[in-house]
Amino acid sequence: MTKRDAIALRAEDNVATALRDFAAGEVATVGVDQSTVAVTLAEAIAFGHKFALRDIARGDDVLKYGEVIGRATADIAKGSHAHVQNIESLRGRGDLVRPA
Amino acid sequence: MREFQGYRRPDGQVGTRNYVGVLSTVVCVNEVAEDIARQVEGAVSFIHHQGCGRTLPDIVRVRDVLTGLGSNPNLSAVLLVSLGCESMAVDEIAAGIRATGKRVEVVCVQESGGAARTKAEGTLIVQDMVAEASRQKTVRCGLADIVLGLKCGASDTTQGLSANPAIGVASDLVVAGGGTSILGEVTEFIGAEHIVARHAATKEVGERILAMVERMEERAKAVGCDMRGGQPSGGNIKGGLTTIEEKSLGAIAKGGTAPIQAAYEYGERPQVKGLVVMDSPGREPEILTGLAAAGCNVIAFATGRGAPQGFPFVPVVKLTGNPKTWVGMHDHMDMSVTGVIEGTESLPQAGERLLQFILEVASGARTRAEITGYTRAMDIYVTGPVI
Repeated sequence: MTKRDAIALRAEDNVATALRDFAAGEVATVGVDQSTVAVTLAEAIAFGHKFALRDIARGDDVLKYGEVIGRATADIAKGSHAHVQNIESLRGRGDLVRPA
Repeated sequence: MREFQGYRRPDGQVGTRNYVGVLSTVVCVNEVAEDIARQVEGAVSFIHHQGCGRTLPDIVRVRDVLTGLGSNPNLSAVLLVSLGCESMAVDEIAAGIRATGKRVEVVCVQESGGAARTKAEGTLIVQDMVAEASRQKTVRCGLADIVLGLKCGASDTTQGLSANPAIGVASDLVVAGGGTSILGEVTEFIGAEHIVARHAATKEVGERILAMVERMEERAKAVGCDMRGGQPSGGNIKGGLTTIEEKSLGAIAKGGTAPIQAAYEYGERPQVKGLVVMDSPGREPEILTGLAAAGCNVIAFATGRGAPQGFPFVPVVKLTGNPKTWVGMHDHMDMSVTGVIEGTESLPQAGERLLQFILEVASGARTRAEITGYTRAMDIYVTGPVI
């Protein structure tokens, strides 16, 4: 197995976690199960932050651990930073509660 | 060797420490409790911001939590410091703690005639208690005597990959050995509650867990804004965590794979062995206090960004999977599991190493929080208004 510097927990995940700091244009070797895939990063990704493993459309579920961690609020191109600027939580959203 | 040297108490619980506890019954006498404990080597104080000016459910909560704290086996004897006019039924707290077989005394500032006299009176009592406690010998104990609290904080994305699942492995080993593990932080079940509920031993326990999560989420939503910023916190977000769902999916890994035998209210003492859930928020002072009140004799705390907090009388073992934190926050970290992320150590290996470390701490090895004296993260979780 090629040495990984990013990881996706499940094959169905559409985001991966960076295991080192990356500069824009670098290629991340993403460990998924026993194999690896190479993803060219569109922008700098800090250690511990996530990037899209494939193109994610606005409104799509964002998957990590094979589970839904939120919804894309904008299109997230493969290799782009996936974080609070383009993912919203679906839970604890008192701002979405309509007054009775 | 899955053994440790502990202090067997009259009720059968085992202490990993042998302190005399000086417990304030109300916010108004925190200074007195602290001063007494400060004057006696071997004594520790517990202070908080409750005890009066609350509605009945919170008064009952605080009474029960103080009783639970005093009953914690890491305390050999307890001095309760009362003001005299607080809402607390101090006699009931004293009686509840005495039921564990330990010595309990009460000093009262309004009865003694001011703080100075109360401190003198209390100090003399606590000196005697420490003299008595210091004669107690440790005995050989096993995993069945461990009550392990599970906690994570100052989280980042390394935790769900390394430190939290390593705690899960250690927790599974404790449970397999006949011990108890307590998983709290119900806020951090939000988005992962379906997985937690799936681990429930019975349908009723699963439903109770789901109801606790719903209650916690409704409380957060009632404020009328997005929970993000508070959960996950600004620091969590800086560490790469994007949503509460993501944080929760990492956080629940601390519970391992054992079935959840029961779900308890905040600070309630488990009546069963094995893995249990306790209702509590994720914030450090309240969860650490809740775990101590529930009888935890040691706490495992995963922290990616580096949380420094410990608790006055329960050792808190800190582990991190973030190599920058292991170096940068070294004086607060007990164990590194960065190898799990780097691919040089397996999770079962890291979990076994953590269990051995926990047993050493249970025998008296000092945690970084104890060494640095960073042990004052405490407060009681209440949900009603101040009145």
